[in-house]
Amino acid sequence: MIQYIIRRFFYAFPLLLGVNILTFVLFFIVNSPDDMARMQLGQKHVTEQSIANWKQQHGYDRPLLWNPKASGEEKVTQTIFYQKSVGLFLFRFGVSDSGRNIGADIQERMWPSLALALPTLIVGLLVDVTFALMMVLFRGGTLEQAGIVLCVALMSISSLFYIIGGQFIVAKVLKLVPISGYDDGLIAIKFLILPVLIGVFSGVGSGVRWYRTLFLEEVEKDYVRTARAKGLSETQTLFRHVLRNALIPILTGVVVILPLLFMGSLIMESFFSIPGLGSYTIDAINSQDFAIVRTMVFLGSVLYVVGLLLTDISYTLVDPRVRLS
Amino acid sequence: MNIRTYISQLIVLVVLMGCDPSQINSPYTEEEGASAVLYQSFSERPKHLDPATAYSENEYAFIAQIYEPPFQYHYLKRPYQLTPLTASKMPEINYLDSQGNKLVGDVQDHDIAYTDYVIDIQSGIQFQPHPALAKNAQGEYRYHHLSEAQIQEVKTLNDFVDTGSRELTAEDYVHQIKRLAHPKIQSPIAEMMKNYIIGFEDFSKQVASLQKTELKNQSISGVEVTGRYQYRIRVKGKYPQFIFWLAMPFFSPMPWEADVFYEQAGLSNKNITLDWYPIGTGPYLLAENNPNRRMILLKNPQFHSELYPSEGEPGDKQNGLLADAGKRLPFIDKVIFTLEKETIPYWTKFLQGYYDASGIASDSFDQAIQFTGSGGATLTDSMKEKEIKLQTLVEASIFYMGFNMLDPIVGGDSESARKLRQAISIAVDYEEFISIFRNGRGVVAQGVIPPGIFGYTDTKAGINPYNYDWIDNKAQRKKIEEARHLMEEAGYLNGIDPKTNEALILYFDTAAVSVDDRPTMNWYRKQFEKLGIKLVVRGTDYNRFQEKMRNGNEQIFVWGWNADYPDPENLFFLLYGPNSKVKYGGENAGNYQSAAFDKLFEKMRNMDNNEQRYQIIQELQEVVRHDAPWVFGFHPKNFSLFHSWYSNLKPNVMANNRLKYTRIDTLERTEKRKHWNHPQWLPVILTLLVFVCLLVPAIHAYRRSAKETLQ
Repeated sequence: MIQYIIRRFFYAFPLLLGVNILTFVLFFIVNSPDDMARMQLGQKHVTEQSIANWKQQHGYDRPLLWNPKASGEEKVTQTIFYQKSVGLFLFRFGVSDSGRNIGADIQERMWPSLALALPTLIVGLLVDVTFALMMVLFRGGTLEQAGIVLCVALMSISSLFYIIGGQFIVAKVLKLVPISGYDDGLIAIKFLILPVLIGVFSGVGSGVRWYRTLFLEEVEKDYVRTARAKGLSETQTLFRHVLRNALIPILTGVVVILPLLFMGSLIMESFFSIPGLGSYTIDAINSQDFAIVRTMVFLGSVLYVVGLLLTDISYTLVDPRVRLS
Repeated sequence: MNIRTYISQLIVLVVLMGCDPSQINSPYTEEEGASAVLYQSFSERPKHLDPATAYSENEYAFIAQIYEPPFQYHYLKRPYQLTPLTASKMPEINYLDSQGNKLVGDVQDHDIAYTDYVIDIQSGIQFQPHPALAKNAQGEYRYHHLSEAQIQEVKTLNDFVDTGSRELTAEDYVHQIKRLAHPKIQSPIAEMMKNYIIGFEDFSKQVASLQKTELKNQSISGVEVTGRYQYRIRVKGKYPQFIFWLAMPFFSPMPWEADVFYEQAGLSNKNITLDWYPIGTGPYLLAENNPNRRMILLKNPQFHSELYPSEGEPGDKQNGLLADAGKRLPFIDKVIFTLEKETIPYWTKFLQGYYDASGIASDSFDQAIQFTGSGGATLTDSMKEKEIKLQTLVEASIFYMGFNMLDPIVGGDSESARKLRQAISIAVDYEEFISIFRNGRGVVAQGVIPPGIFGYTDTKAGINPYNYDWIDNKAQRKKIEEARHLMEEAGYLNGIDPKTNEALILYFDTAAVSVDDRPTMNWYRKQFEKLGIKLVVRGTDYNRFQEKMRNGNEQIFVWGWNADYPDPENLFFLLYGPNSKVKYGGENAGNYQSAAFDKLFEKMRNMDNNEQRYQIIQELQEVVRHDAPWVFGFHPKNFSLFHSWYSNLKPNVMANNRLKYTRIDTLERTEKRKHWNHPQWLPVILTLLVFVCLLVPAIHAYRRSAKETLQ
């Protein structure tokens, strides 16, 4: 397995380099270093000299990808791309164009994101799986039909509606929780109840339908028929055997997104004033802060690769037949 | 965080959620105790808190409470006037000839080669407690030589146990001016100040390769410490507006120790920089800096004695604004600013009493404001029921539609182009714009100057006679027929371009390309259609738009300006020829060039406010109204709401350090919050009951079906 992980690590390297180059090219097609300087320096009293000064101070006074005036290896190294990208592979994110240390910001902001995303994922998974199993339990009946209709209806509604509706009913009309805010430690629970509930509720429709499909595929298999023939009740069959065998596709969906939970949710965090990473990238794009954009795209790619790797490893844990080679 | 902390937090949580029913939806978890805590919000995180670089409103909201320039705007008096803040008196202004000799008597502008501003500051003012000023028993700075291990242990500035303070001296003000000139600090006014402060440019070059920590030992020729409490700034020629700059945070004092402390390697990796942790002498200090969540200001224990003003405008006494006259500032102990990006939770929290003040977003405008028959704005009944107060204020800003004067069709000083611009100025109905897109929050501009600035008048003499008539004691936009007549005179009968025999096509360049901007663009098209002109909107991204403006490739555009200080010079300079954007990279975005205007402007800008200056301003207005390089759009009107417990409120667009004057009645707030925030449990209980009622038959049905299978 170790060999497999090492191999995957080396596969990831060119992939990350490609992502990095693509981000760089896309960003600088839209924004030039002059534009970035103007954005950072504001609207008033900006002169060509102050722009040149800003670029020099932030290392954007070099050519983008190739420095024809330099000699030898400096043709590559004395470029914006090299200077700004190499550190990423060592997880040195540097300083944002507005002067803040990106690594420190990420460390500070990822925990609130995780505090929201992790309970939403776990509670959501439990609720979805439970309701999906119940629908399978009542399959072919009116209850299942009603459940499907309800799921489709829930899926059809925008998540924004759940957020605004939830805030209106629970926080504004019933006044049961703060409408937005955050605090450190366990006190955060008070602020997370509503967003977690809304996050779970808004995902119920699609989640239940997806897991129902997985379970329905399993309940038709021979081992389930055998279990029933041995006299197990339907609930015992479903919860002991079907659920366990349906774990591989469930894991595929869940483990791959686990590392990405750090990245946060833009809308949820914005509406509930949770100081997470959700809006970090969007804010950076709006303020043309390339240092943050490249870091977040790089980090997103790394986490996705890690997620895929974890999924592969988790297969071996839930299914002894799977071997990584 | 240890287990004991978790347990105590859990207890607090249980207490907050269970025992005190009025606190269950409270977004605040800290006990206020007996202190006066003000709750504010901010929607955009500040980029800079270093007074040398901060230049936007959301940054001034914090630093203007922390840093103190030598002068400030009087809180109550109008028109706006400067008063000493840390200065002991207004500056002594000396005019000098080219040899540096003091000019006396009736001094002519052309004789003035330099102006000296001699500033005396008060003695005994102390900096806030700060680790940069902490000293050990031997009198050495405690944290100026931190080891790597010491820096490793630190996470925030509060992790430095010891703090110190020292007296403010003139040297601190001079040090800050040196910082403004340092290229590594990148002050937005550095390039501009090179044109005014003697020696500023040379100093900038001289220190370009030096660290900030070395500034202390460098000298700048035009800025000199002349005593422990006195310094002198020498500027080129006569520049009366310089004193307004001395009331802005750029010219606040900065102890050299701050640069030495913050420049230590490793601190910036933890975001412990001067840009994030200020060190000032003002009424507040920044106790918590988490721009992604909240910022907390605490009363500065070292704040010098400053008293609430005893004089104001007529009517201030009747409005209770002098009730605190002569009392020591500030009145509020702690200010909690919470980041609130979305308007819905922000507005709800205000209505629940968890924010003490609020702006009004478009989606809640109708809930808060209604217009009377005479067009005045008043609060709705639901707001009045909560005893909420409304405060309106016309900002010292102007939004205008500009013509590129280098454009062959709309630009230039030909009669045809001028009449075309005048016709468009009549057709674009900004009264309608304000009503549709700004909920009535704006005042139509009759010229360049906003209300409240010297030279503005709302009488008949103040209207734009090319666009308006004075009827029934108010300005009334001219009829569209007059605009069509002007079009005919311009050579575009019914809007037809004689060169093509088709409708004249004009281009509107904008960066407003979102779906939300479509109604506005359609509205502009309709305004031009009134004259038979086809307006083509050329939408592009912000960078390309800026590029077009720099290269003069735009035709018609919308632009705005927020005055730095209350002087007409800061607005008319937007039309001054040598400030042309294309030729000189200045702020004259439309590249307007008029010899008559430039001559009048040069005369007006150095004058003191008197009758002669007023007359020249009116002449300037007349020139630009006639030439119509802009369609004078509107001056935005700010609507703010305050709860009844918030007092000493007077609109002031120039003073950013208003917090120290305001007062809150915490008892009233606590009562009202309790009254407004009773949780409603009944619907929750009913929902649970319904769920249980549905669950029971489901279980019953399942058991029955299970039995049937077995049979």
